[in-house]
Amino acid sequence: MKITRIEGTAIPMRGDDIDTDRIMPARHLRAVTFEGLEQYLFQDERAGSAAGDRAGTVHPFDNPRHQGASILLVNRNFGSGSSREHAPQGLQRAGFRAIVGESFAEIFFGNSLMIGLPCVTAAPDEMRELMARVEERPDARLRIDLDARTCDMDNGFRCAIALPGHARDALMTGAWDTTGMLLDRYAEVDQAAARLPYVVGF
Amino acid sequence: MGQTLLQKVWDLHTVRTLPSGQTQIFVGLHLVHEVTSPQAFDALRARGWTVARLDRTFATVDHIVPTRERTRPFLDVMAEDMIAALERNCREFGVRLAGLDDDRQGIVHVIGPELGLTQPGMTIACGDSHTSTHGAFGAVAFGIGTSQVRDVLASQCLALEPMKVRRIRVTGTLPRGVYAKDVILTIINRLGVGGGVGYAYEYAGDVLARMSMDERMTICNMSIEGGARVGYVNPDETTFAYMKGRPFVPAGDAFERARAWWRAMASDADARYDDDVEIRGEELTPVVTWGVNPGQSVPVTGRVPTVGRGPQGADGAPGGASGGGDAQAVADALAYMNLHGGEPIAGTRVDVAFIGSCTNSRLSDLREAARIVKGRRVAAHVKALVVPGSASVKAAAEREGLDEIFRAAGFEWRSAGCSMCLGMNPDKLQGHQVCASSSNRNFKGRQGSPTGRTLLMSPAMVAAAAVAGAVADVRELA
Repeated sequence: MKITRIEGTAIPMRGDDIDTDRIMPARHLRAVTFEGLEQYLFQDERAGSAAGDRAGTVHPFDNPRHQGASILLVNRNFGSGSSREHAPQGLQRAGFRAIVGESFAEIFFGNSLMIGLPCVTAAPDEMRELMARVEERPDARLRIDLDARTCDMDNGFRCAIALPGHARDALMTGAWDTTGMLLDRYAEVDQAAARLPYVVGF
Repeated sequence: MGQTLLQKVWDLHTVRTLPSGQTQIFVGLHLVHEVTSPQAFDALRARGWTVARLDRTFATVDHIVPTRERTRPFLDVMAEDMIAALERNCREFGVRLAGLDDDRQGIVHVIGPELGLTQPGMTIACGDSHTSTHGAFGAVAFGIGTSQVRDVLASQCLALEPMKVRRIRVTGTLPRGVYAKDVILTIINRLGVGGGVGYAYEYAGDVLARMSMDERMTICNMSIEGGARVGYVNPDETTFAYMKGRPFVPAGDAFERARAWWRAMASDADARYDDDVEIRGEELTPVVTWGVNPGQSVPVTGRVPTVGRGPQGADGAPGGASGGGDAQAVADALAYMNLHGGEPIAGTRVDVAFIGSCTNSRLSDLREAARIVKGRRVAAHVKALVVPGSASVKAAAEREGLDEIFRAAGFEWRSAGCSMCLGMNPDKLQGHQVCASSSNRNFKGRQGSPTGRTLLMSPAMVAAAAVAGAVADVRELA
């Protein structure tokens, strides 16, 4: 599948360093499949049981104004912590097709790319503007164009987005499922292994 | 111009440049555990693939295993299913497995080094972010997700982007009562939890040179908590002495040849770094986290930060603001932790004391903690447990009588696993409990209760907190 343009409404999920334990608590890693993970996104904080929750605050994922969103807006270092692919799997299964943020944790970014979920970055002031506009007009549609590297809103706002060249190419050419590529020309893998003394014996 | 260890290992393991522009890297050792592998094995089955290099693949069980009652089938049906799935997958594909009853079983990042599977100059991957631990041996080791586990099983390769290298030199000497855990928590506090994104951290300096392998593993383990997927220490005589005689390490003349190769993989003296940071060992103190990420810490003599002012040391001077985050992050963390800005962190009451995890569950960790609790009693209101990192660590500790010391003090003595670090097994915090923990993450809900609270610290500090019933300065007990 080739991924070039993603269009839809968005959910702003504010805060830096949102870790994968928050996105997908570890008790939901106990099944041997990824099925159904979409039900558990941010489960602990959505339950309102977290000690830090201010009374009356509706979690963005529970806000009816954002239902049906397919683009997630985040701040800095989103997806830090555990390597659990369950986090991006849950987001993708909940209908998210792209994440726009100030920056991403490395393993989370890689896991998302491996399943065809683009994580693109925008400048902090552009993120502030995007989030504010989406909070004001939750029904506004965003269009992310990986080719043009832009994010447009249907009320006229536009900002530049960035992602590493290899990720952009992989998504746009449909080569984000890497296994086939790695198995191609396998004789070269055997040659590389044969150079390693710990593989062939010291 | 010399090269860093990272560059040497990277070049040596490069298969080719992929059409995507990424580098195809050969993975020298793939460690597998029960939680992040079942979907990967399913993908192999669905596509009719085999495991490419059984000789470079090794599995164990750690995350979901009970640490108390281990009779099969487990009462926990999901845990039973998950362990059974790994056993079936390993049998079907021919992967070596140190299973539940194997005397080599344990946390994957404890047994790799113990068995000598982990060696300098290797690339090591595992479906767990704390794979950076193995960098203590001068390996380039990193965590991957399940789709990448599938790739490594099928091809023994990964498609990767190059990393920059930041050298972090810890110079001078550490004061008494300051441990490897305090060093890495301080590094994360100063450089930030996202500061290492895109970097490998090379830990160096006199303090690292004098550290044991156990201590270096603690440091490298938490690289990912600073955002760095890879952390490593150049291999030296301490490394080679640790390795000699371990089951998967070459013996005799082959060991000497291996040693020469390992030594040559270390960074050259004139290697160039993308960034260089110095931390003065003399300035370090025992550290405790007060917040909801590992960068949010203060010296045990310090105070919980006040919103808008940044964390403060004992003298009221600001310090570690990078780790605290902005005002909103500090306010949010304090509210979750139910801590009040300006109060001393020492004296914070704890309900649970946990000694374990891939960060701090090795024999030397247990020895230090036992030294503190010997002849003392765990406070009446504290539930305290020790979970050794491996069956081998457990047996060695029992030979030294450490289990008796812990039991006499009121600790529970368990079998090896990840346990209360992430609460995937029955070892969980309850309700709003506060846990003094030797693990690596104080994220919201991390230890199994959605409202549980974690204070990260060294195992010796956990022992001190268990005895005092509250956060205490281990230097006053030792």
